[in-house]
Amino acid sequence: MADRHPLFMPLVLVGGVVFGFGLGFSQMARPEVVLNFLQFEDFGLLFVMFGAAIVSGIAFAVMPRIRDRAPLTGDTYERRLKPFDRNVLVGGAIFGVGWGLSGICPGAAYASLGTGNVTILWALAGMFGGAYLQGYWRSRSASRDTAAAGAD
Amino acid sequence: MVTDPVLLQAAADLFPNGISRYAVGGFLVGLGTVLIYVGTGIPAGASTFLESTLSYVSDQSRFQQYVASRDWRVVFTAGIILGGLLFAATVQSGVVTSTLYQSGSTGELYEVGGVTLWSTDVQPWRLLVGGLFVGVGTRVGKGCTSGHGVCGVGSASKTSIAGVVTFLVVAILTAQAVAALGVTP
Repeated sequence: MADRHPLFMPLVLVGGVVFGFGLGFSQMARPEVVLNFLQFEDFGLLFVMFGAAIVSGIAFAVMPRIRDRAPLTGDTYERRLKPFDRNVLVGGAIFGVGWGLSGICPGAAYASLGTGNVTILWALAGMFGGAYLQGYWRSRSASRDTAAAGAD
Repeated sequence: MVTDPVLLQAAADLFPNGISRYAVGGFLVGLGTVLIYVGTGIPAGASTFLESTLSYVSDQSRFQQYVASRDWRVVFTAGIILGGLLFAATVQSGVVTSTLYQSGSTGELYEVGGVTLWSTDVQPWRLLVGGLFVGVGTRVGKGCTSGHGVCGVGSASKTSIAGVVTFLVVAILTAQAVAALGVTP
């Protein structure tokens, strides 16, 4: 990762722009539309999330077979596989409470800010606060329990 | 084409705004992920940014583990914000017209310098408290709607599928409970 190509940051930026434009176009940047899905009034969100998963899934399946390493980082192509433990369910449930209450998730919150939704700064403040709280707790418990070093 | 009136009615009930804008938007979200993955090998999720950015101001070990990726994550997030602004300046402002865009009846449209912007009517306390739970949950649960929902499901990761099913079910129950209590919007 040390020797990054000069195009690394520009590509990440362009990818982010396309990603954010898609969240705007799909109206996922509007919490009301996400809440309409969760209240069974409009199931369109399924096409956004699974549509995006299928498109990216094609790249995750194809790239490792046709190239060894990514041109801008030299990293090998791997799928996004994380180890399963109880935290996935506990964290997922906590995330679900927040998503169901607010109708917004992190990526959509960033895009929402771009569409002019200044009010979403409340949600972003909450997300940073929540991320800080769990990081504070877990950093402390990790330093108390040194055996946990290297977890996650 | 489907011409059965019962099926058409069912589709109209499930998808009152059609599916095209969702499918096109989802394709673009996937395309953004693919561009970064093909060039860099990174399956980028949106929520690690919350912790990696905290590493600039906090020396907690949980945040410091993300120091190596924090710079590009800021750029990724800036791109997402710019993408939202680009949508506002083009489609939302009517500069680029699309039959897939309806201004909708939710939130408020307002104009700044010729750009049509949009702001939510969802109450600030819901956003703040909900955001707090999202912030804790996504980091404890190892991913959010983009990390688990797009990259993880796209990777056919069983961990991510379990995460997605969990947060979908809980979010549906939560949103329905909040609506049943008469909180709106």
